[in-house]
Amino acid sequence: MIPELGHFATMLALLVAIVQGVMPLLGAHRNRSAWIALARPAAQAQWLLLLLAFGCLSYAFYANDFSVGYVAEHSNSRLPALYRFAAVWGGHEGSLMLWVLMLATWTLAVSLFSRALPEAMVARVIGVLGLVSCGMLLFILATSSPFERLIDIPADGRDLNPLLQDPGLVIHPPMLYMGYVGFSVAFAFAIAALLSGQLDAAWARWSRPWTVLAWIFLTLGVGLGSWWAYYELGWGGWWFWDPVENASFIPWLVGTALIHSLAVTDKRGAFKNWTVLLAIGAFSLSLLGTFLVRSGVLTSVHAFATDPRRGLFILVFLVVVIGSSLLLFAWRAPKVGLGGRFALMSRETLLLVNNVLLVVASGSVLLGTLYPLLIDALGMGKLSVGPPYFQAVFVPLMAPLLFLIAIGPLARWKQARTGDLVKRLRLALAVAAGIGVPLVFGNWTPLVGLGLLLAVWIIASGVAQIRDRYRSAAGKRVPRAFWGMQLAHIGVAVFVIGVTLVKGYETEKDVRMAPNDTVQVGGYTLRLLGVRGAMGPNYRAAVGDLELSTDGKVLRMIHPEKRAYFSSTMPMTEAAIDSNVFRDIYVSLGESLGGQDGIGAWSVRVHYKPFVGWIWGGCLLMALGGLVAVSDRRYRLSAKVAAPVAGGLQGASA
Amino acid sequence: MKRFMIPVALFVILVIFLGIGLTLDPHEVPSPLVGKPAPTFNLRQLANADKPFSPKDMQGKVWLLNVWSSWCVSCRTEHPLLVAFARQGRLPIVGLSYKEVRGDGAIDSSKLSADDELIMTRSRAISWLAERGNPYALVALDIDGRVGIDYGVYGVPETYVIDKTGIIRYKQIGPLTSDALDKKILPLVKELEKS
Repeated sequence: MIPELGHFATMLALLVAIVQGVMPLLGAHRNRSAWIALARPAAQAQWLLLLLAFGCLSYAFYANDFSVGYVAEHSNSRLPALYRFAAVWGGHEGSLMLWVLMLATWTLAVSLFSRALPEAMVARVIGVLGLVSCGMLLFILATSSPFERLIDIPADGRDLNPLLQDPGLVIHPPMLYMGYVGFSVAFAFAIAALLSGQLDAAWARWSRPWTVLAWIFLTLGVGLGSWWAYYELGWGGWWFWDPVENASFIPWLVGTALIHSLAVTDKRGAFKNWTVLLAIGAFSLSLLGTFLVRSGVLTSVHAFATDPRRGLFILVFLVVVIGSSLLLFAWRAPKVGLGGRFALMSRETLLLVNNVLLVVASGSVLLGTLYPLLIDALGMGKLSVGPPYFQAVFVPLMAPLLFLIAIGPLARWKQARTGDLVKRLRLALAVAAGIGVPLVFGNWTPLVGLGLLLAVWIIASGVAQIRDRYRSAAGKRVPRAFWGMQLAHIGVAVFVIGVTLVKGYETEKDVRMAPNDTVQVGGYTLRLLGVRGAMGPNYRAAVGDLELSTDGKVLRMIHPEKRAYFSSTMPMTEAAIDSNVFRDIYVSLGESLGGQDGIGAWSVRVHYKPFVGWIWGGCLLMALGGLVAVSDRRYRLSAKVAAPVAGGLQGASA
Repeated sequence: MKRFMIPVALFVILVIFLGIGLTLDPHEVPSPLVGKPAPTFNLRQLANADKPFSPKDMQGKVWLLNVWSSWCVSCRTEHPLLVAFARQGRLPIVGLSYKEVRGDGAIDSSKLSADDELIMTRSRAISWLAERGNPYALVALDIDGRVGIDYGVYGVPETYVIDKTGIIRYKQIGPLTSDALDKKILPLVKELEKS
């Protein structure tokens, strides 16, 4: 009964989504306040229905109801309860349910925190979100319902893919989807603005906090994904330029460009068309990412079931959503004025350069991701594009961007004097040279030198800017938006330090170890004491006992595992990591090289990774910066002060 | 107006490529084993307990090797098709019972002795075939999955077409479909039988 209830709730949600997508938009167009008023209750009803549907699916997993095909495919009665819950989004159908639930949650948030906005605007935004939801719900119901029953009920389920049985997976997809789907709000604001024809600075101001929020989630999602790949895949890498990873990274790049462009449109009224296009682009690329991942047109380590019918459906959906938005843009954009003028040397110019670099970077990642598909489609054979391409393209694009991060916030709007900039950055430059250059002695390589120099440059100028700001503020409070920006920029620098030092100084050893053998890495010694068998709830494991010591002093024991899950033919590597702020010691157990367990030798891979944690620390700082920025007084204030004004407008329009 | 159409134009090009991409199968990378001799093995049979089976026994025939197990959900969907196909008597189908006990998450096989595992494998496989029909000329028991590793078994079910000289000619990953049977496997078999 419960799965049928979930299915029914999903169907009802589709009906509500149709109402939500049609009536408020028509109402806003024809000025019917009764239709406009439908927007909020419809959004809230849809959220409740989808929450119910998602709850029903979760219950089917919790209760091990293997009569439901999706549950039988992705769960198992021995799977621990936490993973049974995470298994809800462990496959295609459930991920889509999570996607629509997230969309409904964002819509709910818009319906609750939009009192300050004109009613017609809110109606349009919620209407557009409703239409998107219609498409996704139709997709679920027509091709990918997770509620379908099996006629032939298996005694037990097939179990969740062992790679996904990990705490990281419990939070990674929800974060990522919150980010992906969150860009739908900025998209809806942009479409609403195009529809109403009022493409002024107001829509940019309204959509700014939403965009930053979505960007925070996406940043955390991408960072978590990278961290998960690092410790779970057992290769010691943290980014593989895999199509699925790229699918999340491309919207992140465009979203980052969007945040900066929105600032210009909000403050200066410039870049209006460009910002709208970016808002459409960020969400379109999220949808495209969903298409690439879900349709199976690309192969990837993230293997998902492929079904051509599903691919076709998403493609049609893409054409409808993105095609109609871009046509709407082409129709409306020429009527928009140019907005504020600015000089060549100004903050606007610098932000424009930032935007161009980010968009070109995302375009080149997209090209690299799609290139195998293009070549295959042209009948020119099969190939794959690997990290060398991405690194070759990415570094030259990011270096100038990193350089500009330090200057952008200092330049004035409209016009800045170069001499002024140089004067204010003198100190930062000196510090960067002073700290950066000596830092790179020893194994000096140009890339390491460049990376460190840029990172120190960003941090030093950040500190200089904070000092300047305090001096000129003279007792007034420095706004949180400023702190948020600085924090995020320093996060970028921390990230760059991590990447640079790992790339430059990591060492890796692949050795054969018998008990009591030792291996040296990065000044540490690892001694293999033995390998023993152990049982997990749904797997058998070989657990290595290794002793980590430095200068003859034993630090701790570490235990890498090789797991054989009952449900899978692929053995899983659980790396053991000893980490601190300055380095990780990463140990993974390879194959048994003959002999009985515990006696014979094993192949062991040991990595020494300096500053690798800074990569994710940087992501965390960026996200934190975003969080501080959205908590700025400006947004809270505008919500309160503007409320009566909006009420007045509503009265006038009714 | 024109320059504002650029995004639409780019998008149209992208969609055309994505559309073509949908008709292609990126997984259609030929298995490294296709065109190579089928790895040899010697395994106990399900019915004829004393006589081991080896791929060499099939020399001179075109045959199918179907990897299955009773715990595999997709095998259930594939099975009726196999049974119907076997009834036509076109060519022999050899079953490879893959990790029947070990692969089943519900059983802790580490507590089983080798003999118990064999007995359990037998009884489970026999009752499954009794219930759903037996399409196989014979079934070889790959209890520990070693043969599966040699064949690069990726997931159950999988089906291999092996020619008269013992060379793998085709590999179907995942359940057989009537489409794959009619369009790929049967034409290939016809051709192989001629030679």
